[in-house]
Amino acid sequence: MNLTLNVWRQKGPSDKGGFKTYKLSDISEHMSFLEMIDVLNEQLLRGGEEPVHFDHDCREGICGSCSMYINGRAHGPQQLTATCQLHMRSFKDGDTITVEPWRAKAFPVVKDLVVDRSAFDRIIQAGGYVSVNTGGVPDANEIPVPKKIADEAFNAATCISCGACVAACKNASAMLFVSAKVSQLALLPQGKVERKTRVEKMAAQMDLEGFGACSNTGACTAECPKGISQDNIARMNREYFGAKFTSDNV
Amino acid sequence: MNLDSKIPAGPLAEKWTKHKFNVKLVNPANKRKYEVIVVGTGLAGASAAASLGELGYNVKAFCFHDSPRRAHSIAAQGGINAAKNYQNDGDSVYRLFYDTVKGGDYRSREGNVYRLAEVSVNIIDQCVAQGVPFAREYGGLLDNRSFGGAQVSRTFYAKGQTGQQLLIGAYQALSRQVTNGKVKLYTRSEMLDLVMIDGQARGIITRNLITGKIERHAAHAVILATGGYGNVFYLSTNAMGSNATAAWRAHRRGALFANPCYTQIHPTCIPVSGSYQSKLTLMSESLRNDGRVWVPKTVELAEKIRKGELTAIDIKEEDRDYYLERRYPSFGNLVPRDVASRNAKMACDEGRGVGPTGLAVYLDFADAIKRDGRDTVEARYGNLFEMYEKITGDDPYKLPMKIYPAVHYTMGGLWVDYNLMTNIPGLYALGEANFSDHGANRLGASALMQGLADGYFVIPYTLGDYLAGNMNTKNDITHPAFDEAEKGVRDTINKLLSIKGKRTVDDFHRELGHIMWEYCGMSRTAEGLTKARGMVRKLREEFWTDVNVGGTNEELNMTLEKANRVADFLELGELMIVDALHREESCGGHFREEYQTEEGEALRNDDDFAYVAAWEFKGTGKDEVLHKEDLVFENVKLTQRSYK
Repeated sequence: MNLTLNVWRQKGPSDKGGFKTYKLSDISEHMSFLEMIDVLNEQLLRGGEEPVHFDHDCREGICGSCSMYINGRAHGPQQLTATCQLHMRSFKDGDTITVEPWRAKAFPVVKDLVVDRSAFDRIIQAGGYVSVNTGGVPDANEIPVPKKIADEAFNAATCISCGACVAACKNASAMLFVSAKVSQLALLPQGKVERKTRVEKMAAQMDLEGFGACSNTGACTAECPKGISQDNIARMNREYFGAKFTSDNV
Repeated sequence: MNLDSKIPAGPLAEKWTKHKFNVKLVNPANKRKYEVIVVGTGLAGASAAASLGELGYNVKAFCFHDSPRRAHSIAAQGGINAAKNYQNDGDSVYRLFYDTVKGGDYRSREGNVYRLAEVSVNIIDQCVAQGVPFAREYGGLLDNRSFGGAQVSRTFYAKGQTGQQLLIGAYQALSRQVTNGKVKLYTRSEMLDLVMIDGQARGIITRNLITGKIERHAAHAVILATGGYGNVFYLSTNAMGSNATAAWRAHRRGALFANPCYTQIHPTCIPVSGSYQSKLTLMSESLRNDGRVWVPKTVELAEKIRKGELTAIDIKEEDRDYYLERRYPSFGNLVPRDVASRNAKMACDEGRGVGPTGLAVYLDFADAIKRDGRDTVEARYGNLFEMYEKITGDDPYKLPMKIYPAVHYTMGGLWVDYNLMTNIPGLYALGEANFSDHGANRLGASALMQGLADGYFVIPYTLGDYLAGNMNTKNDITHPAFDEAEKGVRDTINKLLSIKGKRTVDDFHRELGHIMWEYCGMSRTAEGLTKARGMVRKLREEFWTDVNVGGTNEELNMTLEKANRVADFLELGELMIVDALHREESCGGHFREEYQTEEGEALRNDDDFAYVAAWEFKGTGKDEVLHKEDLVFENVKLTQRSYK
């Protein structure tokens, strides 16, 4: 198929940036979206132009590196699919495709389609863990967990930290990402000891990073490649208010 | 050079316990005086950095990703082995040890493997305490499944995303140490050289991938946990960024590279669909529990399928050849990875492959669906079927999957002793980056086990033994050794940027991959390997005169990053060929056509090749020198593997 691409090009954080248009021909429907960009980049390199920079690594939907805003949607038109697993059969011959980076104050553009998502790391560093050192832990089966609880915790833990939730949200809120981690650890017995301080610290860091507030539009869940449920946001709100009313900070 | 594996004396089951008592300790007040560099933040690196930080060392952790959590350990699907015997089915530390040594085709060290099996039980405890959501039974206890042909159920799992959950556990432990100030994180930083002072590893040179700044980092010890080198083949199940640069540059500084020819080709991957293909996707080995592998009996039928005149369901039962069931009646579709892969290649070489390229075989679930119902099959493999459909556009509930083997894991790596230290004092290698525990073939669900064993439970003990003997050495990044190393890194980068040739980096990488796959892939011959060595040398020369790397160093320049890595692959590829050529036997993932039994199975030569081949770098373009570490088997009897 033949395609027209409008791609966001930006030399660096201080550059204003803008769209550039490229024509591509003979694109196979079996290509992944990123392979299509690879073809574009080979074409640019041969023509002496700088390739389009974008984050990517595993290309099987699990590392969370890829982050393209395609035709106005985070990770493109297919539900429950990261950009790397989107294939060109989702597009038609003659289509014009617009590709942008994630847009959020807390995710500054580094170059072209690459953004800085280290804010997510700092939120986890604020408390997204169980404080146990290596060694000296009980036997694994001494901590029984009801299957339903374990499954629910697992579902929350499947977040790949790509940031699509933030990009899709009109407020650029990180609530889905943060609530998924809060939920996972609040549900499990291992995480109960620190559940109050954890949610307080993570929420504070989230605000500090400049993410917006959550207004429950649900765009995050709709665009999440892993289908992380909005229930987690409700659970986080409950955890947060619970912590504020009966804080462990004595 | 004398390769001392430093395996402690005494009975197998007591070696590690005794060793832990005999190693020197660093007292808690002194630990804070030491700086340790950890390169790589996958399972091995993140668990090591976190554990060492908890002990009180000052750790600097490096990764080339934007976040430590993106390391490729995240993509591991199946599970992690541990000898817990929770299922009461006869598992034990000794059985896990035995299975691993046998599965590795008797090319690994008994002492190391026993320790791995021993600490496997601690790993599960640790991960559960961190909140890793493993699969559970209705009673709330942990669930297990069988895997990789083992006769016991010892694999712990979290759906098809076990690697992700384990890595996030280690990443969170690491993040906690960042907050505690014991680990300093350097993301988007790539190690480009090792700095040696007085024969010891004392630092690294890195490139900040955003600014291009070349940085110096000094430490009392350097730990490489940088993964495997499967991307030498261009197409593999590895991530796009997975590379051998840190390990290879340490090798250029004198660290021996062991068994480079041992590569694991995984039998169940989604086939190549075109020349634009950038990577291959694995379909979990667990699919072979229910899927039946077949190709058409005749070349004529296969040809009609390739042309699209027929599809799989048009082929009558009597016209199908379930070749694994036919050749290996007792193991059938559950033969080990190396055997399954070679047989798929043979079927396609005979002209009976399917799919547009003819390089695919069927993995058919029709019988399983008929027998157990669609719901049961969906409960077992639903997410894998979905992934398959997303990539290929075919529905595996209706049409059989098409699969083909692909490069997946590398058993070879930097040579290390029992303490995981390379032959360079103060330089350690952990996880897939070292060569130690899997011999010539890795069993399923053992990679996660080894990465975490090394990081959580081995290096925290063995590192202290070395550091305790090195008190009072000051770190100094103004030492001339840093000047020399930094200059080398800058020179290489400048050279790459100045060539301004005609061919792209990917172009060279793709060609290297073709050569390696064709001649140093699933089956190898002396003739082919000799030819391939010449081809790789020629390609390398061409690379250094005709590669086109645009842009500058002082910016985010992903082409330059790739060029640095491909330059190293072009050297490592030759060493893999040299190693494969010298090993005149077939074992595990290394199959030499000249050495096979009458039935076409791998034929080992224990008299002449029961050793670790560790290669020493002697200069670019010069022959590497072979050092041998004899493998001593005191507990396990060497036998021919049979799956008939």
